[in-house]
Amino acid sequence: MFGDYSISDLGAILAMQGFAGLILFSVYVLMALGLAIIFGQMGVINMAHGEFMILGAYVTWMTSNAVQHVAPWLFPGYFFIAMILAFIASGALGMLVEWVLIRHLYKRPLDTLLATWGLSLILQQAYRSIFGAREVGVELPEWMMGSWQATDSIQIPINGMFVMGLTILITIVVFYILFWSSWGKQVRAVVQNRVMAGAVGINTEKVDRYTFGLGCGIAGIAGSAFTMIGSTGPTAGQLYIVDTFLVVVFGGAASLFGTIASAFSISQTQSTLEFFLSGSMAKVITLLTIVAILMVRPQGLFALKVRK
Amino acid sequence: MINSRFFNRSELLGFLALAVLLFLILPLSLDIFRLNLVAKYLTYAFVGIGLVLCWGYGGILSLGQGVFFGLGGYCMAMYLKLEASSVANTKIQSTPGIPDFMDWNQLTSLPFFWKPFHSFPVTLLAILVVPAFFALIIGAAMFKRRVGGVYFAIITQAIAAILTILIVGQQGYTGGINGITDLRTLHGWDIRTDHAKFILYFVEVVLLFGCIVAAQFIRLTKLGRILVAMREQEDRVRFSGYSVANFKIFAFCAAAVFAAIGGAMFTLEVGFMSPSFVGIVPSIEMVIYTAVGGRMSIFGAVWGALLVNFAKTSLSESFPQLWLFGLGALFIAVVLAFPNGLSGIWADHIQPRIDRLLASRKSKSAAGLIADGAPAE
Repeated sequence: MFGDYSISDLGAILAMQGFAGLILFSVYVLMALGLAIIFGQMGVINMAHGEFMILGAYVTWMTSNAVQHVAPWLFPGYFFIAMILAFIASGALGMLVEWVLIRHLYKRPLDTLLATWGLSLILQQAYRSIFGAREVGVELPEWMMGSWQATDSIQIPINGMFVMGLTILITIVVFYILFWSSWGKQVRAVVQNRVMAGAVGINTEKVDRYTFGLGCGIAGIAGSAFTMIGSTGPTAGQLYIVDTFLVVVFGGAASLFGTIASAFSISQTQSTLEFFLSGSMAKVITLLTIVAILMVRPQGLFALKVRK
Repeated sequence: MINSRFFNRSELLGFLALAVLLFLILPLSLDIFRLNLVAKYLTYAFVGIGLVLCWGYGGILSLGQGVFFGLGGYCMAMYLKLEASSVANTKIQSTPGIPDFMDWNQLTSLPFFWKPFHSFPVTLLAILVVPAFFALIIGAAMFKRRVGGVYFAIITQAIAAILTILIVGQQGYTGGINGITDLRTLHGWDIRTDHAKFILYFVEVVLLFGCIVAAQFIRLTKLGRILVAMREQEDRVRFSGYSVANFKIFAFCAAAVFAAIGGAMFTLEVGFMSPSFVGIVPSIEMVIYTAVGGRMSIFGAVWGALLVNFAKTSLSESFPQLWLFGLGALFIAVVLAFPNGLSGIWADHIQPRIDRLLASRKSKSAAGLIADGAPAE
């Protein structure tokens, strides 16, 4: 399979596929960060996470349409507004869902999986009724189109670079919130010992609600970023949910750093294989490898050492 | 509740009610098209019975039952397809004697893993052994390392995704997204006629009752009690000297075999098999049927499969928009309010009332009946 390419060709292929992998990595990281907070920190299996992401994508799409009609001069920068709106919309929906549904199920983690699956069916059908079954795509502002010619044979699309930059920024913000802000300390305290956290005066219910909202809000941003590189349909979220769960589990559920490392290795493996094999076989081999590794090392790449 | 009898009174009633419904009422009252639909729903009841054992009793939630359903179904479909692609039937192909989709994908000879499926006994054996072996590998790898609960659910789900992508991607070997279609005869017997569908329905119901009895047997032996003990306090069972992993592997394999029988019957009833019955969505739907029927009740699983699918067909025929809202809401409601599903509602609310009614009529034996009519669990 390597025979037909010269060394420099291979280098260029690896670089460009590597970059394509980085875009996939960005989507994985944004999806998985939210999921890692919800699943890793709270123990809730949110099967509707993909639908929260799609909500962000639809919000972005609506914002782009609205800006084009109402304030065309804002168009080059509409993306930043859209992302904030996507965060707010998904986060608010997440908090509502936590209040109505999830808070009754904290003691039954497997049941959260089933209930949120029901929720995802409802959301999918809602999107289909409201936005139609057809996939929609947003129009990118001019400065995001085109690509940057790094060398003769290497081209890097600008929207991809933007998504990556965004991912890095969001990751830093999430780490800051969880590890340095006082609210993040409360979240981690509740995760480590709910009863004691309550005893020292932390309102655990409120922390739960905001944590779930934060996770869903990040999913909304992921959806917003997703519109820049692909089109959005009512069931697009489902395509990513299994991959994202594997990313989180593979990284070690309680470790945000592990999530990023596993998103990186999975996306790079997949996009590099994709060039040499068919897309479906690349995915099969990647997923099989992950499952095989998880069978040998069930705790994932980075596990916290805890007594159970 | 340890019972020396095989079925206690309420279970015997449930068994008889189901038998009357499936053997008499439905075949006599429905036309062959509807009866065939019922047969299709009942194939999910096999999966449901397996899930009751493995999820309800063993506490192992598998989101990959579609894999085993699909393996059983594909084994059967491969045999039927080979029979349908005899040299005489496929003489217009560039390579006669191989299935049509292989010919379209420029394959010139039968792949090695198709060859055993020329033989009917080997096919029947494969339907039982292949899924069981597959479940054994997954189960041994996971349970020996004490992976359970949520992680097991996610990994089985990933396996369902992998198998679907593999089947869709390898079109030449598996028929791709369309699946294996145009199946005609089973051992020379045309399965497409109304008469054949009628007979297949009864074969399926007999098999279903066989599975119910087998599951009930597993439940009532010491094995079943260890499963329940494991679900409640895994460590204590381990400290008592039982190999928890082996019992879990057994429950998972048994569930896989039940699902595979359902899958094989599905292929026979519906006349094709495709990856859309293997993947994540069908696997979760199978869990939904079981949860709605009651994860702790073998009969509940059968009722759940029948009722949810019946609702699905009738609602999606008349209100295609509302169906998914309904299914989603039903599922949330079951999980939030009735974790034991329909059979839980029956045992907690309806059964005691019936007992009270009976008791007030026969005041003499009232005390005995109420004691006996306590919820089955």
